[in-house]
Amino acid sequence: MSRLRLLAGPDLSIGAERLASHHGRLGPLPKGGHSLVDLLVRTELTGRGGAGFPVGLKWRAVAAASRGSAVVIVNGAEGEPHSKKDRLLMSSRPHLILDGALLAAASVHAREIVLYIGEGHHAALRSMTKAVGERNAGERRLIRIVAAPGRYVAGDSSATVHLVDAGIATPTTTPPPTRERGVGGAATLVQNVETLAHVALIARTGAATDTVLVTVAGAVRTPGVLEVNAGTPVGEAVQLAGGPSEPVRALLLGGYFGRWVEAAEAWSLPIDPQALRARGLSLGCGVLGVLPVSQCPVCEVAGIMRYLASESSAQCGPCFFGLRALADACTRIAERGTDAGDLQRLQRWSAEVQGRGACKHPDGVVMFLQSAMKTFGDEFTHHPAHLRKSA
Amino acid sequence: MSKRFELVVDRIKCDGRGLCAEILPEMIRLDSWGYPIIAPGTIPEHLVGLAQRAVDDCPVLAIALRRAEVQRQKER
Repeated sequence: MSRLRLLAGPDLSIGAERLASHHGRLGPLPKGGHSLVDLLVRTELTGRGGAGFPVGLKWRAVAAASRGSAVVIVNGAEGEPHSKKDRLLMSSRPHLILDGALLAAASVHAREIVLYIGEGHHAALRSMTKAVGERNAGERRLIRIVAAPGRYVAGDSSATVHLVDAGIATPTTTPPPTRERGVGGAATLVQNVETLAHVALIARTGAATDTVLVTVAGAVRTPGVLEVNAGTPVGEAVQLAGGPSEPVRALLLGGYFGRWVEAAEAWSLPIDPQALRARGLSLGCGVLGVLPVSQCPVCEVAGIMRYLASESSAQCGPCFFGLRALADACTRIAERGTDAGDLQRLQRWSAEVQGRGACKHPDGVVMFLQSAMKTFGDEFTHHPAHLRKSA
Repeated sequence: MSKRFELVVDRIKCDGRGLCAEILPEMIRLDSWGYPIIAPGTIPEHLVGLAQRAVDDCPVLAIALRRAEVQRQKER
């Protein structure tokens, strides 16, 4: 069988593909188990939720710790503000995701599958609920649906477990990782919905899938979700999104926990998880954010920093107070102009915050800020006081 | 068997009371907001007693001694 695409099949505007059409197109659900886990290790599929963890290795670890009581959490929280690909997949190809989840459950000997879906993703919730209803009784009995709050940290794997266990979607202290100790103390596989959809295709063809879902956002003519072949240059994806709507200054690759790259450098970068990692970059959750020349990067960064600080779950002091302080310093530079003291404080506080949260939220924010200060160094060191201008 | 230990902080439990940094300033300093920053590496032999006191006296039980990772790997 030739390589398949996630979004192949009926027109996306029709909405959720029905089970009969899904089976007609792709055939019945293949078998999960040892050989599928080995296949996933060989294909080197990595998670598409943001962290990019090797899927086969994660399944192997959960299977080893499972003793028949593991839980699979299907992560459709999609709390990244500009990302739309997970909800598009849930609302249009729900059975691909369910196939992946059932294959995961069979492979790690799970007793339960939890569909963890952002509460604001209404179409996705409806589509997934209806799709579960189309499945046979044995499959239905395994699956339940939980609505996740629309917060940035709600998609963290320990937060998904915390919500399922205690109704609170905040991260918990790790180690141990959820793959060893998750829901009710059982080994838990937390896997992003796009990742599971890839698994559904890999299990059918026996070969690696060759595509990546990206969300092109910002200064393009037709922002939205695209399925591109792995290795497609960033510039080509931007062209597929209608091309830039105005001259471009830089791109944010991988969403808010990603990296800023100068436009000239970004166009030729390959959209491929492994290739980007080799360059010290990350595909993250697949967001390509396009920043136009007309927008002040410092003001943009300050706004995102305020958002990310407000998304701290306020549990760990260095994150709660540190991110606030960093966002305030960025805002002062943006509003009142560059101040040498604030630039120094940004460096010092970044170092103090790094690695000192229960989850990776503070680390992600610091990485975002460091990359911004590197890419927009001149703007940060020579920022005018904005209130003096009417711009 | 090795007896090398390191200090680990449960960041969620930690409330920034700062007692640990008073008891063991050789290894613990406070950040700009009063939360402990632990020096990396294992605890020198002569400070293990004080480290244990920092652990015992934490009002919210947020700090613990843990057998050092490096040593575990060597033992294998």
